[in-house]
Amino acid sequence: MAYEEPRLPDARGPLSAGVGEYLLGTGPLPSARTVAAAPAYGDDLQLALYVCYELHYRGFAGVSPDVEWDPELLRLRAALEQRFLTALRADTPVHDSVEDALAELLVEPVEGDGVSHFLRDKGELWQLREYAALRSLYHLKEADPHAWVLPRLWGRAKAAMAAVEFDEYGGGRPDRMHSRLFADLMTDLDLDTTYGRYLDAACAETLATVNLMSLFGLHRGLRGALVGHFATVEITSSPGSRRLAEAMRRTGAGSAAEYFYDEHVEADAVHEQVVRHDVIGGLLDEEPQLAPDVVFGVGATVLLEDRLAARLLGEWRAGRTALRTPLTPHAFPTSEKDHIS
Amino acid sequence: MPNSPADRPRRISVQRKGPLLVEGPVEVELEDGSTVTSDRFQVALCTCRRSRRYPWCDTSHRDRA
Repeated sequence: MAYEEPRLPDARGPLSAGVGEYLLGTGPLPSARTVAAAPAYGDDLQLALYVCYELHYRGFAGVSPDVEWDPELLRLRAALEQRFLTALRADTPVHDSVEDALAELLVEPVEGDGVSHFLRDKGELWQLREYAALRSLYHLKEADPHAWVLPRLWGRAKAAMAAVEFDEYGGGRPDRMHSRLFADLMTDLDLDTTYGRYLDAACAETLATVNLMSLFGLHRGLRGALVGHFATVEITSSPGSRRLAEAMRRTGAGSAAEYFYDEHVEADAVHEQVVRHDVIGGLLDEEPQLAPDVVFGVGATVLLEDRLAARLLGEWRAGRTALRTPLTPHAFPTSEKDHIS
Repeated sequence: MPNSPADRPRRISVQRKGPLLVEGPVEVELEDGSTVTSDRFQVALCTCRRSRRYPWCDTSHRDRA
């Protein structure tokens, strides 16, 4: 079957509506005033930015690939990025050094209260499905935003970054690519593995976490921030993945669902070491002036992940869906599926 | 890595606190004589003995607070 490009998402306000219409050739781009009026972390601005970035990944059905380098669209994207970056710089805590910024991440809280703790201890299958649907925005293109940094690094940092990316891409085996393992997890959870399928369902907090990677990945000037972001993801992933694997086991989500997180416990324990010692270490040996950017990348990632966690936990603790459009019910209740297999 | 030169010693990075980092692939023989393998480009071997995925590191060596 021929590959079909994703459908453009539904608009969430004048910015995302204007971008969508421009891409389809049916309307003008939003004005600078519209950009200035939209909240930086809100649904409308984050979706408009997400759509601009997605042109560099898989594009959209009915949208010409040439529009990826449309100067007017790039000018608008820059204005959206400026709003996002300004908000991030204002809200991200400042650390004196990269060591300080990472030290907090390297201590494991005894009484953690994050999303993975919640899901491990009392997550229900519907919440695991919602979590996977939201995370699919990134995991179905896992490692892609970070690949853009490779030409902007050299020497030890480049070699180490390429090695980690090679591992993310399955070490040359498509069936072991992490994006493929995540699709297998989604199948276990009776979710649709089509790329972009859950974009309409994703809250602004989710879009912001993915936009951050694209922002850092696409700008050479933010290569230090990209590396700081990547280190944060790899450092926090291993213990978080262990908790999520336990959640999948406890709820009987399925073997592929468990495997995705089990693999990340082990892989990211290695990646963390390589990224800290060789990617960050190598980059700062060559370009020590980038240390504040690395710190910013760490802090911005923590900030946006905390905002997402607050949103998810707020909804789930109140018994509400965390998605903008609820999922269709699980077709295979766990007990039945166990019986069949 | 498939293109790593075979004619040089295998590098192992040691840290006071943290896993041993060994260039992969590796085969590890456990106390009971069984073996486990990893073909990752680099492998993190647990030295704190707290890992639940022993002999692989699972970051259990980290301080807890």
